[in-house]
Order: sequence, then structure tokens, then C-alpha cells
Amino acid sequence: MATLSNQGKIDISCWDGTISQHEFHTAASAFAERWNKFNAALPQCSWVARPISPYLSSTSKDEGYLSVENVIMFPTPAAESCYGGDDKEGEEELSCSRSQEDDFIDGATMLQNHDDASHHYDFHVVYNASYRVPVLYFRAYCSDGRTLVLDDVEKSIPAISAKLLMLSKWTFITQEDHPYLNCPWYTLHPCGTSEWMKMLFSHEPAVDDGGVAVAKYLVSWFSVAGQVFGLKIPFEMLSSIGN
Amino acid sequence: MGSKTATEAQKYVWEGAIPLQIHLHESEVTTLPPPSPALILAPRIGYLPLLVPQIKPFFSSTLPPGSDTVWFEYQGLPLKWYIPTGVLYDLLCAEPERPWNLTVHFRGYPGNILTPCEGEDSVKWSFINSLKEAAYIVNGNCKNVMNMSQSDQSELWRSVLNGNLEAYIRVSSKLKLGLGGDDFSIKLNTSSLKYRQSAADAEASATIKAGRIPIRLYVRRVNEDFDDVEDAPLVDNWDKVSYINHPVEIHDNGKCFTLGDAVKALLPELFPDKSLPNDSMSLPQVEDGEGSALEEASDTGRARSPEDTGESVRECQDSCSLSETADVKLIRIQGIEPKLEIPFAWVVNNLMNPEHFLHISVYVRVQEPITV
Repeated sequence: MATLSNQGKIDISCWDGTISQHEFHTAASAFAERWNKFNAALPQCSWVARPISPYLSSTSKDEGYLSVENVIMFPTPAAESCYGGDDKEGEEELSCSRSQEDDFIDGATMLQNHDDASHHYDFHVVYNASYRVPVLYFRAYCSDGRTLVLDDVEKSIPAISAKLLMLSKWTFITQEDHPYLNCPWYTLHPCGTSEWMKMLFSHEPAVDDGGVAVAKYLVSWFSVAGQVFGLKIPFEMLSSIGN
Repeated sequence: MGSKTATEAQKYVWEGAIPLQIHLHESEVTTLPPPSPALILAPRIGYLPLLVPQIKPFFSSTLPPGSDTVWFEYQGLPLKWYIPTGVLYDLLCAEPERPWNLTVHFRGYPGNILTPCEGEDSVKWSFINSLKEAAYIVNGNCKNVMNMSQSDQSELWRSVLNGNLEAYIRVSSKLKLGLGGDDFSIKLNTSSLKYRQSAADAEASATIKAGRIPIRLYVRRVNEDFDDVEDAPLVDNWDKVSYINHPVEIHDNGKCFTLGDAVKALLPELFPDKSLPNDSMSLPQVEDGEGSALEEASDTGRARSPEDTGESVRECQDSCSLSETADVKLIRIQGIEPKLEIPFAWVVNNLMNPEHFLHISVYVRVQEPITV
């Protein structure tokens, strides 16, 4: 069972890798603050609170989700090989665009990549009360708003993630109803999260006053979950959280 | 471990069925006269897509060209296929409708409303994923489900497909999903037996071990003040249903934990006595949040009156009046409306679905819903 946090710290000596709803809210605030400060190249991160209703209000102060929307990614450059002579130039440009992650698109590039226009992602981080861990929900669409199917998603995530997706179709990425929006979203399955979070935190340097800051939880979590999409977090996001 | 036998109530649950009258949507009828509806008995604990092999022959000769993408609707509401059929019926038919008239579509899947369903495989994996979730809730990990052999997994799924309770118990007992293992089972059986003799005895003996119970709550909101459930308006979109997938945590305090206690833990505002301090009854924590009861009441008051900075008496008043804006009209589990005083241990042991979740449908009457 989850250990009650004391003074915003997790006692990792007897911890199972899970957090409470309240701790999630604390960690989410810290995450959003640091994301917006250190990740200026990507869209802003914000907290979306659950709307108040007459019979759910007692928990609404902690309930809600983190949102980062309209993240732009590009399909793998394999498609570029169709254009022969432009192969090298295309790859170089895509590589440059991805590293900068800005949304400037050259007109010539747009014409060339008509069938493989940029992919837009909305990411939501939602607390799962069954597994007591954050869960990454996402949806993907083209610049014209058309929703992408899983085969298209596969083209814009790193190759190693695409391979994992192919191997475990039913358990890696599935479509589920978004807990707050009531419509289908893709989600990374959370059943293994508590175990790798426990492992991750067990390598934190031991602290005399016993515990790792709750605020660190989501940053560490995203350092793993974000890799599925090739999203890396700046080192400052971790180092700026004191123990 | 000693073999567990089915309780009488479990047998009734597994044999539970809903008479369906399934009509083909008019946009997919290409012959005159239109085909007659299909009459089918659907298992309560089953899922609608599993009925397609029985339904298809009724309609295949009249379908337009194209590939099948099957979905169901009730009065214009697309039905979520991963919710057991019995739960959908309990939730959407305020007054039981017999037969239940559903419309089936073989074309035009509403992908923006329903998650994709590729037939039996999708249902099976939704079931397995729910079972893993339940195992995690009860045991803190899902290793027993992950380590199930292929043959056990197939046998478990077949037992659900065929409504074979004995086969199900044989396989599912290996998952050790009872709270406290044998001890829990024995205690539950004792509780079941005693319940038949005397309610008072049941209360005395039906203590439940500390732990978490997998629950899925479906809260249907109705705005009008209706006296008969017959007058409840139809659910025309899923935003009128709050889906609460949240375990109930039970603490070992020696008290008899009732069904009412469980629902109260998930919907505290609907039970007015919560606002009155009552140390003799400790409510289980739904979350580990450190907010005190007074603070919660205060927050509730502030939610209703942003300008209010009143005393605790006034806060209590706000809290009480909030309770009066919403109240429980109905609670249904497996088609019955159990009394809230029933020991929760009995409800869990006898009325759970095969994926080890207790599905509870709640009708809530709300006056003047608060919009922020």
C-alpha cells in the first residue's frame, strides 16, 4: 500500500512506486512550472481541473490532468527516399527541424511532403486510481485536423517504440476512453509503471532527512514515458528540484 | 488450497440474461420488406460484440456492400462495447424494458465516440486488461495474471464466453484475487451462510480484511424531479454519465463495512450525515489527501459561494444544502437494488463480474446543476 507522504517527501525505503491523487497534483504543479521554464521550444504545459459537479466536489480540488497540446513531429524520413535526388537534403532538413522542434515549415518542404505532412500530438497526463500512477493519454492528427490511425502514429515515433508497438499490440498502446473527455484517446498501458518508478527512485542518492521530493516524481516519470515519442527533457528540469 | 464452490447467488448472476430485440438500422436495409428483428437472450456478464455471430445471419442478406464494423445503439446512444451487457441495461433502462430494444449497425462506426472493436479479440483483451487491473488493485501487482499459462488464459476466456461458472472458478482461483486468500473466502462463505440465518449475525461476523476492492461506478444524472423511475429521461450522450473507476479502500477497524459505506466512500456528498462529525463511524479513505473533513466542507462551501467567508456553522449549512441539491434515487447491481445495510463482503463475493470488478449503477437526482 502506498506510504503516506510526509512533508512532501516519499520514503523510498518501503515504497511501492505509487503515489496518491494528492501527491500527483503536487507533482503536476512542479512539473508544469519547470516545463514552462525550461522547455520553451515546446508548447506550454497547463493543469486542467475537473469541472465541479454536485456529487463529485469533495475530491475535485485535486482532480484534473496535465495538458501539453499541439506538439509537432515529423514522420520518419523513409518516405523521403521516394524523391531520389532530394534524399540527402530532405533528411538533413527534417533532422534539423526535429532537433529544434519549431513549427516553421518551408513551402518547398510542404510540397514535397504532401503525403507525409507534420503530425500534431496532444498529450494529457491523468492520474489512474487503480494503479496509483500517472498515465499518458495522447491523440494525433494532421495539420488539417484529420485524426491519425495507429499505423500513422507508428511513423512518427522512434523506431524502437514502433517495434515494441508491433510486438505487443494489445498491451503497449491501446485506445481507451479519456477519463475526463469521454472519447477515445490512445494511452500507454500503466500496468508496469510502479515497478519502473520504484527502480528509478531507488537509484536516487540517499538523503539524511529520508525521502525523495514528491515534486520529482512526474519529471522522472516523463523521462521514461516521453522517450516513447522521442521527447527528451532538459537536464535543468531534474536538477532544479532540491531534495 | 481447498477448492471453492459457487454460491447460489453466483449461479444466478452467471445465468442472468437480458432478452434483446435487435433491429437493423434503417439506413442499412436494402430489401423490402425490412428484416424482422433478432430475438436473443444476452448473458448479463457478457459483452454485446460477442453476440454478432448470432445476429449476423438475421441481417446478412439485406446489408449494403462493404465490410462490417459492428456497433450497437440504444435510442440514439452508441453503446460502449467494453461495458458488460447487464451493466448497460441497468444503467440505461431506468424502468426495465423487456425485451430491450437495441439497434445494430454494420456500417459507419462512430470512431469519435466509441473505441475501436475488432470482434472477439478486442473484447478478450479488454477483459484481460481489466483482470490485470483488478489484480493490481487487490494484490499490488498483476504478476498472477501476467504469468497465466496460455491454456489457462484460453480456458478462463472460454468459461466467460460459455457462461461456465465451474470452469471459471477452477481457473480464476489460481489468480488469488480474494482478499487474504483462503481466509477471505472462508470468511465470506461464513458471512453468506449467516446472512441467511440472521441479519444481526451477519453484521457481527461480516468483517472484511483491510485492502482495496475493484469497483466501477456509473453515475447517471437526471435533472428533473421524477417520482417514478419510469419518467426518467433518456441518456442521449455519455456526458450525462459519470464513470468512476476507483477502488474502495477498506481499513481493518473491526466494524461491519456495508454496501452503503462503499458507495459513500466514492460519492461522499450524496450522504448528508457525512457533514456531521461522527467518530464512531470512520469512513474509509478514498484518497490519501491530507485535507481534513472541515477543510473539505469549507472547500465545498466556497465552491458554492465564492464570496462566503462564514463561520463553521454556516459552512455546515452550505454543505448540508449542497447535499439537498443531489440525492441517490437508485442503486443497482446485477439488476437488483440491494439494501445499503447489506455487508459489503457479501456483495463483493456474490455480485462481482468475471473480470473481478463490482459494477454499480447509481441514479442521482440533481436540481439546478452547478455550472462554473
